[in-house]
Amino acid sequence: MNARRFGVVALPYAWLLLFFLVPFLIVLKISLAHEAVSIPPYTPLFDHGRLVVTGANYLFLLSDALYWRAYLGAIRYAAIATAVTLLLGYPLAYGIARAPARWRGVLLMLVILPFWTSFLIRVYAWIGLLKENGIVNHALLSLGLIDAPLRLINNDFSVILGLVYAYLPFMVLPLYAQLEKLDPALSDAAADLGARPARAFWQVTLPLSLPGIVAGVLLVFIPAVGEFVIPDLLGGPNTLMIGKILWDEFFTNRDWPVAASLAIAMLLLLALPMGLMRRFLRGVA
Amino acid sequence: MTRRLSPFLIAMMVIGFVFLYAPIASVVVYSFNSSRLVTVWAGFSFEWYGALFRNEAIGRAAFISFEVALIAATGALILGTLVAYALARYRRFAGRTLFAAMATAPLVMPEIITGLSLLLLFVALEQATGWPEGRGIVTIAIAHITLGVAFVAVIVEARLSSFNRALEEAALDLGAGPARVFFVITLPLIAPALAAGWLLAFTLSFDDLVIASFTAGPASTTLPMVIFSSVRLGVSPQINALATLILIAVAVLVGGANRLVRVR
Repeated sequence: MNARRFGVVALPYAWLLLFFLVPFLIVLKISLAHEAVSIPPYTPLFDHGRLVVTGANYLFLLSDALYWRAYLGAIRYAAIATAVTLLLGYPLAYGIARAPARWRGVLLMLVILPFWTSFLIRVYAWIGLLKENGIVNHALLSLGLIDAPLRLINNDFSVILGLVYAYLPFMVLPLYAQLEKLDPALSDAAADLGARPARAFWQVTLPLSLPGIVAGVLLVFIPAVGEFVIPDLLGGPNTLMIGKILWDEFFTNRDWPVAASLAIAMLLLLALPMGLMRRFLRGVA
Repeated sequence: MTRRLSPFLIAMMVIGFVFLYAPIASVVVYSFNSSRLVTVWAGFSFEWYGALFRNEAIGRAAFISFEVALIAATGALILGTLVAYALARYRRFAGRTLFAAMATAPLVMPEIITGLSLLLLFVALEQATGWPEGRGIVTIAIAHITLGVAFVAVIVEARLSSFNRALEEAALDLGAGPARVFFVITLPLIAPALAAGWLLAFTLSFDDLVIASFTAGPASTTLPMVIFSSVRLGVSPQINALATLILIAVAVLVGGANRLVRVR
């Protein structure tokens, strides 16, 4: 490697090693330590030159049903939300891709704009809409459609709604990118050959848009699994998601080793989809 | 041949856009409501905007968030551009695979893991070397730079691989040094991507709650942290007013950036 290359690569390489790779090794290390009443609150890796590691935190995670339920809960919420996002996002992306060319830019901008506005505020907006004396209940009551306020918040419904709302742009963008590339003549050809619109869609459009579906599903599922803000603000006491449990272990219980082992457990869960995503990103580049 | 959108697609698009914008609209409308009760409309008022401007905690937090986002976006721009340049122009060098993996992994890493791991690093570093002394603006900015680098790198790399390299080669043939070629030819060509990357890194930093909560110190509460603790206690008209101001700022900024890119 010549001097110029070294000059370009060395600084970002050092930065990423120190602030991205090393932190993971530390998380791994602390997940193998005991909790301790000290600063920082965990036992050192080497005690008087002796290596001290323990699997106790992992055994604890395995033995307590709370963590299992949080782990599976995160997968369940994320999977349902991803499916709903796909069902809602696909027609939206397809409609934009088939809209007159002069409209496409504006419509796409309208999908992207919420992504640029504060995530926290977009989640917060739903509290005002969904709470017992909120806007939705108020409207339904004054229209006479219901007699008593519906319970719309702090349950599974509101968590999934929040996830779908927050991550919808992540689904629409890759789907649009894929659908926009498809030549509408393909649908015409299918129609000319006698396929009804539904059949042309299932046999031509859908298979050809599969890369966009894969990208969208991964882009929604991965962050949804690790989500903390949405289950915290829109969920109830029964909403168990691994990201929220990790937060509570760290900030409320101050049990750093258990929080670290939860982080490792979450990474194991996401390793496969994240690997797929990276391969996919490389394919795009 | 013109194609008409089917009624089903039009209906789904209307539903989609109403779904995306109705919650945002409700926040804006109720920020002008004179009643403290969020759902009862009691007349138009700027009352909550006045209260917001007198709120010192929010003002201080907004200032800190601005400072962090400026440092983070600029740092991420510099490092991210170097990463993109290395990945786009140097096809092979020692450790390239690890480099590429580390550069893109934060894109798909749950924030809570990034936040926890960086905090644990800062604590371990302080224990071992005495730096950083406690946590604050510097540690949040470092965390946000690390996040932003990935986004800047992806945007800039796409731009670097898409334009015609003959321009750079022609300049080299005409006797310009590599540094001169970069600043006179490459930089102007990737400028829109740099602007977009900086803006995205700024927004990500300004908006981040989870990573900042882990890496902030007691004297460096950011705006999302203040909003979060207030929202946890319930809906507040002041937060509606703040949200409206943020929305206006974003619309102006993104609209302006869009125009800038289009003019080029």
